[in-house]
Formats: sequence, structure tokens, C-alpha cells
Amino acid sequence: MEKVFGKPESLSDRPFTYCPGCAHSLVHRLTAEAIDDLGVMPRCIGVASVGCSVFSDLYFNFDFIQAAHGRAPAVATGIKRVKPDCVLFTHQGDGDLASIGTAELIHSANRGEKITIIFVNNAIYGMTGGQMAPTTLIGMKTTTSPLGRQAEVQGYPLRVCELIRELKGVAYLERTAVNNPQNVLKTKRALKKAFQAQLDGLGFSLVEVVSQCPTGWGMLPADSLEWLEKEMGAYFPLGVFKDAKAEEPQEVA
Amino acid sequence: MPEIKVDKERCKGCEFCILYCPKKTISLSAGFNTKGYHYPECTDPESCTGCAMCGWICPEVAIEVYK
Amino acid sequence: MAEERLLMKGNEAIGEAALRAGCRFYAGYPITPQNELTEYMSRRMPEEGGTFIQAESEIAAINMVYGASAAGARTMTSSSGPGISLKQEGISYLCGSELPCFYANIVRGGPGLGNIAPAQSDYFQSTRGGGHGDYRVVVFAPSTVQELVDLTILGFEVADRYNNPSMILGDGILGQMMEPVVMRESVTYDPSGKTGWALGNSEGRERHMITSVRLAPGTLERHNVHLRKKYLEIEAKEVRYELYEVDDADVVIIAYGTAARVAKSAVTAAREKGGIKLGLLRPITLWPFPTDAIADLAKNKQDILVAEMSFGQLYEDVRLSVCGKAKVSLLAHTGGGLPTEDEIIEAAGKCVASSEPVEIYPVLE
Repeated sequence: MEKVFGKPESLSDRPFTYCPGCAHSLVHRLTAEAIDDLGVMPRCIGVASVGCSVFSDLYFNFDFIQAAHGRAPAVATGIKRVKPDCVLFTHQGDGDLASIGTAELIHSANRGEKITIIFVNNAIYGMTGGQMAPTTLIGMKTTTSPLGRQAEVQGYPLRVCELIRELKGVAYLERTAVNNPQNVLKTKRALKKAFQAQLDGLGFSLVEVVSQCPTGWGMLPADSLEWLEKEMGAYFPLGVFKDAKAEEPQEVA
Repeated sequence: MPEIKVDKERCKGCEFCILYCPKKTISLSAGFNTKGYHYPECTDPESCTGCAMCGWICPEVAIEVYK
Repeated sequence: MAEERLLMKGNEAIGEAALRAGCRFYAGYPITPQNELTEYMSRRMPEEGGTFIQAESEIAAINMVYGASAAGARTMTSSSGPGISLKQEGISYLCGSELPCFYANIVRGGPGLGNIAPAQSDYFQSTRGGGHGDYRVVVFAPSTVQELVDLTILGFEVADRYNNPSMILGDGILGQMMEPVVMRESVTYDPSGKTGWALGNSEGRERHMITSVRLAPGTLERHNVHLRKKYLEIEAKEVRYELYEVDDADVVIIAYGTAARVAKSAVTAAREKGGIKLGLLRPITLWPFPTDAIADLAKNKQDILVAEMSFGQLYEDVRLSVCGKAKVSLLAHTGGGLPTEDEIIEAAGKCVASSEPVEIYPVLE
């Protein structure tokens, strides 16, 4: 008998501190699988952000650094410019990337920094207890939109891929999900392509993973997958938004 | 014959593996881990094809698959 | 590059000195009155094979410096007061993670938008850490363009020696003036001392983690004790100041930076005129503060006059050093105001004539 599936080499043995059913740890494993497949583990440097994934540095077997809230792309920029042959990635939530860190996101993308942003979009602030995030859907109840998010008061959920797809510095941009095995495999493939864009020196890459947050959404893990498919899927269409390697921009279905 | 190995202590009882096992061979055990979660177990080993979907979808890397 | 004599603008001298100190990463953002430094680096850094980035904000800039420093490079940013305010969280992270870097604050009038004239009103922000948490930054106070050069080079050394940020507290005059300088010979920066923690290819070694979060009970407090010991060591070893005609002075002026330039000429002028004799104690490091040297003045029962371009900030540290054992008076300008020789000589006269400390704000007279 041969092991056909197990823990990737780049992932440490540390049990995850996330809630049951959380997507963060799934994305960690897929990141590690992509890194293993590309054979770049020792060259990798991860940048952790502030949020539920603040401890992502514990889960990998290569160098890691923690960034201030929202600043991971800037920190990654500083490291990559000094160590260009290292493979830099950040792991950020929607509060970190699409709220306080929007300027760092847009300008690192616009400069075409050769870094990879792994963006877990679960439409809520998890670590701080379920507050509204820039990607919180209209009508969604959170601890800071108790009556449900109202567009005329709290604006609209932010579509990050659509926001930065026009920036010339962006070489690879895809939105995936991890709510079923097929999407899990697609996310792994997307991460590999994003890292490959960095390795090929083509520019900035970002993979947005539409993610479930059972605790923040107040649902059982299994129910959160269904809700994600229906509600999140409707507002955040999955697909490749940009693939410099494939020359012509991929139209989203 | 293909089989899965569950790390009882890493499991948090999210039941994704049960949801997505194409052969419906996994179900929650009666036992608990130290955190108090019911961990899954393969109740119908003969039907397991070693497809590893349970492993892919598990958020805790709690499942190893052998073939 | 070999040592050479140059006529240089202060801001540019900082840039060239940093390059000669082996700085190969600069991230900055435009703000008057320090733009010449950012512009100079944008031209010279690529020539030295380093990285120059004009960041989207001062916040992004300090976080790029945080990353570059974590990768083992000698790194730098610069700004004026408002920008340094924005960088405080990043600086706190650098201290908490024990990462070196160097930065310059070319101070302007404040608070708020203020103006672009010179001031020293960022003294507390610089010497008290300035951001969240218990930490300090080594603060150098140049008063000539030559000192901008030498204290920049020293700044990088001290930062690496203690794995802690160090800074220059300049002002709009020092940054904008031109003076002849001896531009020092280039230092060959050897990053090997950092391979124990610097981020990079982790092949064949323990992996490195750079973080400032410590949740387990007691761990953060123990880390703070460790930092405290470092800061006590800095206070014991890195204090620098200049004494000028202090021994027989009736009134000793305490001033740094541009205010010290004016005070020094006031000391000379007063002695030439005869009458009361003045002396000057000029702190070169604002943190660690020359507490003992000032306490000595108090022992000699000499009158002390603080001359600063801020409203009672340096004054507070001087009074703390003296602990009430001598009379400490204040001559203060701020918001772009400058002290003059005559104001200082006149103020010294009022000190001698009064049994109580005097506080003089010439702009009101």
C-alpha cells in the first residue's frame, strides 16, 4: 500500500488553531502542496497578516515574518527586492487586504511586484469576533451590521479581482473557492500558476479564495458550504481574470 | 485494498469528509477526541476506492489515504 | 568610494552618507522639507546597485523597510513630522521584532499641517518611542551638515549593534542648508552577522521566524524585560554630548541641533562683550539623554537655560536630570520660530537676575 494523500512536506506538523470547517487551513495546505510540487520550499518566505491567520507562520517549514495589519504586500515588497530569488507570498484575510491594506494591495499590484498574494475572502472579520468586512454581502448580519449590511449606509461588497484586473503589473489573477473537492483542486492549480508567474518574473499574482467562516456566519460547517455556493458564489464569480502567460486575457464565464 | 487513516486528535468534527465521500463510507464515530469532537471513521472499508476526496476537503490534514 | 571634500546640502549629505554606510534599500515618500533626500536616493541608489522605492505612503515605506531589514539589508526611510507620525506603528514593529533600520526626521513646524519651517517639536515623539508599547529608538541630533554625515554612518552602526532602529532628528534648516563636508570613505557592509536570523533561503538551516506577537502568558513581558536590558545598555554606552566653555560659565545653555548653533555663537559673543559668561552643553544623543552630565552642572550650582525650538520638551528632560537641584529656565520658540543670539544673551541676563526659573517666549514680546 502506498500513501496517495497526506501532509505536504512544506507544511509543519502543528495542529491548526482555526475553527471547525475553516478555509484558512485548507488554503495553507494547498499553498504547501503547490510549493512542494514546484520544488521551491527552501526559497519560500511567507508574510503573515493580522487576523485569524496571524499564526500562519507556525504552519510552514520555511522562513516567515509577521506584518502589521494591512501591510503584508509592502513587507513582501521589501523582502523580495532584497532577495529576488526567494519566493514571496502573503496570506491575508478580507479585512487585512481589502480594508486597511487596500493601498498596499493596489500599489504593489500596480508596481508589478513579483510577489504572490493569497487572499482568503470569507466576508467577515473572524479573529475580532464577526464584524462586517468590505466583502460582507448585502443583507448579511454581522456584529457591526446587526440589521444586515445596507448598501445605502455601508456600501457594496468589494470585488478585489475585478478591482485590480486592469492594473498592468498584474500577471496572474484568479478567484477560486474551497467549498468542494473540485474547487479545492482548482485552488491548488491556481496557486501553482500564481507562484509560476512569480518564478517566471512576469509580475504580481493574486489568488482570491472565496472561503467559508462557519463561526462568523453562525452556521454549522456543512451548512456554510451550501450558503457559500449559493450566496457568495452569486456575488463573487469564480474564474481566471488574468493570465499573462496565456497572452490574451481570459474572459470570465 | 485502499484505506484512510484518521488522526483523531486533529479532527474538529466539521463532517466535510462525510459530506463529500462519493461512496458514503464515512460517518461520525461514537468516540470523542480530547477536544470533545466526534472524529470520523470508515464504516464500509470495502467500498473505499482511495479517491482521496476526504483528504482534499479536510481542513485539518487529519486524513491520510493509502492505495 | 574614497573620502572626499564636498559642498553638500544637508538632505543630500544624509543620502550619500547612508550609501557609504552600506545602505542598499531606501523607501520614501515626498514631504517638505526633506524631498532632496528622497530625490537624491532615487538617483544614487540604483547607481550603487541598491533599491529605491517611492512608496504609496509613509506607512507602506516603513513596512517595506521592515521587510528589507528582515532580509538582512541595511535599510532606511526618511520624512518630516507628519510622515514620521504615520510610521510609528511600523517603528514599534521593528523594535518589537528587534530589527535594525535607520531613519531621518527633518522636522517642520507643527502640530497638524503646521508649516515647512524648521522646528524641534517632534522631540517627545522621537525620544519617548513615539508609537505603542515600551520601546525606545536611539535619537541623534546633528547641528552641522558634517554631523548629518557622521551621525548617519554612526546611526547604521548603532542600529545593527543593538538590532533596534536609530534616527536623526534634524530640521528644515539643517536639511536645506549647504556646508562643506568631509564625505567619509565607503564602509564595506558585512551582513554575515545577521545570518542567524535574517530571512532568505532556508536550505540546510533552521527556519527563521520574525514576529512581535507573544500570546503565551508571561512571554511578552519577559520579552519586554529583555528589551529593557538592551535599552539600559544603550543608556550606559551610547550617550554623546559636547561641552563648550562650560567650566567657568555663569549660565550654561542646553540646546541641540539648530538651536545649539545659535547658542554657541551667543556664548562666543557674550564672552567677547564681557559681562556674564555663558557656556553650552549640547546633547548629540537625545535618547539616551546626557542625564549625568547635566546633573553635574547642577552640582556646581550653575544657572541653566534651555534654548529649544519647541515648547518645553527638552526643558522637561533637563529638569528631570537636575531634580530641582539647580535653577532651570526656558527660552522657547516653535512653529518655525528661531532663537537669536541677542535673545539668548538677554534671557541669560534675566536668569541671573531672577531667583526663580524664568520662561521666555520671545514671540510674545
